[in-house]
Amino acid sequence: MSYEAIIGIETHVELTTDSKMFCGCPADFGAPPNTNVCPVCLGLPGALPVVNARAVEYAMRIGLGLNCKVAGHSVFARKNYFYPDMPKNYQISQYDEPLCVNGHLDIEAGEGTHRVGITRVHMEEDTGKSTHVGEGGRIQGATYSLIDFNRAGVPLMEIVSEPDLRSAEQARAFVSELRGVVLRLGVSDAKLEEGSMRFDGNVSLRPAGTEAFGTKVEVKNMNSMRSLQRALDYEIERQASLLEAGDPVIQETRHWDEDAGVTSGMRSKEEAFDYRYFPEPDLVPVAVDDAWRDRVAGSLPELPSEARSRYVQQGLDPAAAAVLSRELDYGAVFEEAVGAGGDPRTVGNWLTGEVTALLRRTGSELSESSLNGGALAELSSMVADGRLSASAAKEVLAGVAAGEGTPVEVAERRDLIQVSDAGSLEPVVAEVLGAHPEALDKLRNGDDKVIGFLIGQVMRATGGKADPATVTSLIRKRVG
Amino acid sequence: MTDLADLGVTDAAAGLRKGEFTSVELLEAVHRRAAVTEAELHAYLTIDREGAARGAVAADAAFKAGSDFGPLHGIPVALKDNMVTRGLETTCSSKILSGYLPPYDGTAVSRLKSGGSIILGKTNLDEFAMGSSTENSGYGPTRNPWDPERVPGGSSGGSAAAVAVGSAVAAFGSDTGGSIRQPAALCGIVGMKPTYGLVSRYGLIAFASSLDQIGPLTRSVEDAVAALEVVGGHDPCDSTSYPGPVPDYRSGLESGVSGLRVGVVAELNGGGIEPAVQAAVDATIEQLEGAGATVVPVSLPSVEYALSAYYLIAPAECSANLARFDGVRYGLRRLGENVEEMMSNTRADGFGPEVIRRILLGTYALSAGYYDAFYGQAQRVRSLIISDFAAAYEVADVLVSPTSPTTAFSLGARTQDPLSMYMSDVCTIPSNMSGDPAISIPIGLDDAGLPIGFQIMAPALGEPVLFRVAAEVERLAAFDSRAGLASSEVS
Amino acid sequence: MPVDIDIAKVARLARLALNEQELELYRVQCETVLEHAALVQALPTEGVAPTSHPLPLTNAFRDDVVTDCLDREEVLAQAPDRDGDYFLVPRILDEP
Ligand SMILES: [Mg+2]
Ligand SMILES: [Zn+2]
Repeated sequence: MSYEAIIGIETHVELTTDSKMFCGCPADFGAPPNTNVCPVCLGLPGALPVVNARAVEYAMRIGLGLNCKVAGHSVFARKNYFYPDMPKNYQISQYDEPLCVNGHLDIEAGEGTHRVGITRVHMEEDTGKSTHVGEGGRIQGATYSLIDFNRAGVPLMEIVSEPDLRSAEQARAFVSELRGVVLRLGVSDAKLEEGSMRFDGNVSLRPAGTEAFGTKVEVKNMNSMRSLQRALDYEIERQASLLEAGDPVIQETRHWDEDAGVTSGMRSKEEAFDYRYFPEPDLVPVAVDDAWRDRVAGSLPELPSEARSRYVQQGLDPAAAAVLSRELDYGAVFEEAVGAGGDPRTVGNWLTGEVTALLRRTGSELSESSLNGGALAELSSMVADGRLSASAAKEVLAGVAAGEGTPVEVAERRDLIQVSDAGSLEPVVAEVLGAHPEALDKLRNGDDKVIGFLIGQVMRATGGKADPATVTSLIRKRVG
Repeated sequence: MTDLADLGVTDAAAGLRKGEFTSVELLEAVHRRAAVTEAELHAYLTIDREGAARGAVAADAAFKAGSDFGPLHGIPVALKDNMVTRGLETTCSSKILSGYLPPYDGTAVSRLKSGGSIILGKTNLDEFAMGSSTENSGYGPTRNPWDPERVPGGSSGGSAAAVAVGSAVAAFGSDTGGSIRQPAALCGIVGMKPTYGLVSRYGLIAFASSLDQIGPLTRSVEDAVAALEVVGGHDPCDSTSYPGPVPDYRSGLESGVSGLRVGVVAELNGGGIEPAVQAAVDATIEQLEGAGATVVPVSLPSVEYALSAYYLIAPAECSANLARFDGVRYGLRRLGENVEEMMSNTRADGFGPEVIRRILLGTYALSAGYYDAFYGQAQRVRSLIISDFAAAYEVADVLVSPTSPTTAFSLGARTQDPLSMYMSDVCTIPSNMSGDPAISIPIGLDDAGLPIGFQIMAPALGEPVLFRVAAEVERLAAFDSRAGLASSEVS
Repeated sequence: MPVDIDIAKVARLARLALNEQELELYRVQCETVLEHAALVQALPTEGVAPTSHPLPLTNAFRDDVVTDCLDREEVLAQAPDRDGDYFLVPRILDEP
C-alpha cells in the first residue's frame, strides 16, 4: 500500500549581531579558540546573563517576516541537560511563552504555491564546539574531545514549522525559501557549511488517505540542502519498508551519515527528554508593545515571495525569478541592470544561466567578478539593437567576466559587432544578387527556399558580420 | 586605650578621618584579634594578609592626599566565600571549588574596592550557602564566639562570628532564607537583608537566584547603613537589579518610632518559639509601644506554607544553578571512562551531603509529571504570601517577630535531621519569598547567656522605615555586642 | 501525602554517581522533606498566577556592544585538563 509522509522542520539560525545573546563577547565566526569568552558565556560561578536588545529585534524581524504574531509578553526558561560544550549545563531558551507564534511561509513546490505553518520562533543561545580526537574525528570511538567556547552564547533563533510538508523535495524547497527570507531580513548569514543555519526533520508516515499521524522520528545532522533531501528520502523509505513488513516504527532520534547515505539510531537516553524547563530566574520577561512591534514591522525589506512576483511581472520565468529572489547578490545585480535599462528577461536568463554556469566553472563569486549591473545592461542593449547576436553576447559575457573590459570593448576586440545599418549592406546585397541572376529569378517566381542561399552569400561576403534580419529585408525589397 | 578591633564602622571611620589612627593600625589590630580567635572559631577560610596590607597603605595614602572614598574607606571588611574575588581563592566552602581562582570581581566586591575598603579575606559558610549552622562546610565548621560548643548559625556563620568577635570590623553575607539574619541573631550582631534587587547579585555564586540577596553583618544599625550605601544601587550586569534610585537609608535613624504602626505577625510569634526568645521579643514590642509606636496584630495566613514552598523553590533553582560544576572548565575533576562518568564522579565527590540532597530534591520537583504539583504550586503559594504581606502593610508600617525560634544550638544537634535544621529559618524565609527587606537586631541574652535576635520586616524599598525602627530598637535594647564574649578571645 | 521517588533516575538526571546505600539514604531523606513540602498542595490556588520573580520588572536589555573578553591563559589556568588552547574532556558518548 502507499504511504503519505508527514514532515516538520526545526531550523536553528545564528544571528549576525555584533555581540553574543547574553554578554558582550564578539559573536563573529573564526576567532582563535577560547578567545571570545567571558564569565557569562563560560558559565563561571556568579556570572549573570543580560539580554542583547538587537537580538530581540532580529528575532522579531524573523517572526514578522514569517507572518507570526509577536507576543506582548514572552519569557526565557532554563532547558536542563548536561553536555560538556554547554557551559551552564542548561540552555537559556524560550519554552511556553515564545516571542513569536502562529505564522506561515508560502513555498513554490511544483504544483503552485504551498502554505507551510510556522508554529513558533523563539530566542536561545548556541553551545560551544567539541572536536572529537581519534577515529577520524567521529564522535563514536573518539578517545577524547577538545572544547572551544567561542560559539557558546551566540544568539540562536529556533524556527519550528507545522508538520505541513509531504515530501523531501517540499522540505528542501521550504528550507531554501526560509533561508532566502532570513538573508533578505539581514539578520543572519545563514551559511550551512559554517553551521550558522542548521535543521532537523521530524518524519512520520501514514497510509495515504488516512488522518491519524504515525510514530515520529527525528532526523539530525543534515548539513546541506542536498543532504536534507537525501536524508528525508532515505528515512521515508526506511519507515515505509518497516510498515510494509508489519514492523513498528520506534520513536527516536536518528543521525544522518552523509558518506554512508543512511540514518542510524542514536543511543537512546530516555531521561534525555526530561529537560525540567522552568522560568529563568536571572532574566525578566520581554514586553513588546504595539509601537515597538509596528516600528520593526515597518522596517522589513521586500521578502522573496514579493520580489518573485514582481520579477515574473517583469517577464522572468518563475524558476529564474525564484533564484533571483533568494540569492541576494544575484538579485542586487539584476535590479541594478534593469535600473540601467537592461531587458529584464534577457538579464534574468543570463544571470540564472550562463553567469551561474560560468562562475561555477571558475569557482568564483558574482560579487568578485566584474559582471555588474551596468555591464549587463550595456550588453542587453547591444543585443536589442542588433549589434550583437545572442550567441556572440554569451561570448562577450565570458570576456567581461574574465575582466577583459566593458561589453563594447570585448565585442570590438573580439570583432563580434554586427553590421546592421542598411546603408553599408545595400551595395553588398546588390553585388550578390547581380552575381546570382538565376537564384533571383527563382525567388521572383515564388521559390522562397533560395533566399537562405542568398543570405548565406551576403554573410560570407561580410565575413559573417551582417545582421541576418537586415539582410533579409534588403533582399525582399529588391525582389519587390 | 581601647583596642581598635572593638570599633564598629562608624567609630572607626570617624577615628580615621580625625587622624586618631591609620587604616594600617586598624588592620593590624584586627589581624591581632584574628590571630587570637581563629584557632578556635574558624570564621575564615582564607585570610589575605598581603592584599589587605596593600589596601590599608593605599587607603591611608588616599586620605593623606585629601580623597575620601566614602563610609567604608579604610575599613577592613570580610566577605562570605560565595562572593567572587579576582585572584583570591573562592570556594563556597565546597571541595568542588577547592583552589578556584576567579578571573573577575563581583559587582559588590568591586564597589567595596573602589570605595577604599580593605578585603580581609573570605569567611566560612554552609557549602553553597545551604544550611543554618555553618556545619555543612567542606572545610570544617565555624564556632559561636559566645559559646564555642554551639553553632554560629548559618549560612553566613563565618561572617557573623568574625564581626561578633572583632576579627572583622564589618562583613558581608548572602541571605536566601535567613542566612544573614539568623547567624546575626545567634552571634549577637546586626544582620540585614536588603530588598531583592537592591544589591547586585553579579559575582554572588548562586544558590537560589530568585531569593538570594547580599547584605551586611555589622555591630550597629548605622554600620549596616554605611555598608549598604557602598554596595547598593543598580547594576546593568544584573537583569534583576532594581533600576530606580536607592532610598535614603539615613533619613530616619534619629526619628524614633512615634506615630509608626508596628505589626506583630500572629503566625511568627508564640507557637514553636522558645519561651525565653518570645519573652525578650514581647518586651521589645512593649518598649516600642512605650516609645510611641502603635502596636497592631496582623496575620499572614499563607506564611504557614512558606517553609514548604521554600523547600521546593530553592532546591529547584539550585539544581540548575549548580549544574555548571561539572569538572570541565574549573574546580575539581574526578576521572571517568567517559565524560558523563567524569561529571557524575566529580559531582558526587565534590558536593557534600546537604548540597546533594537539595540537588536531588530540586531535580525531582522539576521533573516531568511533578512540576505543577510541586514547583508550580510553590510559585502560586509565593503569590499568596506576597499578597498577604501587601495586606499587612496596609495596616502596619513594619512587621516584627523573633529572627530565630531558638538561640544558638549545640554543634551536631540538628545535623542528622534535615527538617529540624530547616525549621531554624521559619521566621526569616517569608521575606525572601516576598523579596522585602528585613533586619535582625540583638536585644538581649537568654539564661544560658546566648544572644536573642529581633526581626523587623518592611515592604519593598522600605529600608528607610526599616532602619528607623531598627535604630530605635537598638537604643531601647542597649545591647552590648561585646558582653559575654569569652575574655580569653577578647585579649 | 506520601511521595515515592525513583531516586536512581533522579541521581542520573543530576549527574551524581551514588552507590546503593547512598541512594537509599537520600531517598528516605528526600521523601521526608517532600512530604512536608507537599503541604503546599493543601492551599487552594485556583486562578492564582505563579510568581517566579519578586520584582515585577520587564525589558532589562543591553545594547549590542562588544566588551572585553577574558585572558585565555587566566581562564585555561583553571581548567582541570587542557590541550593547548582547548579544554580537554574524556570521550563523549553521544550527541546532545
Ligand atoms: Mg533549540
Ligand atoms: Zn561572553
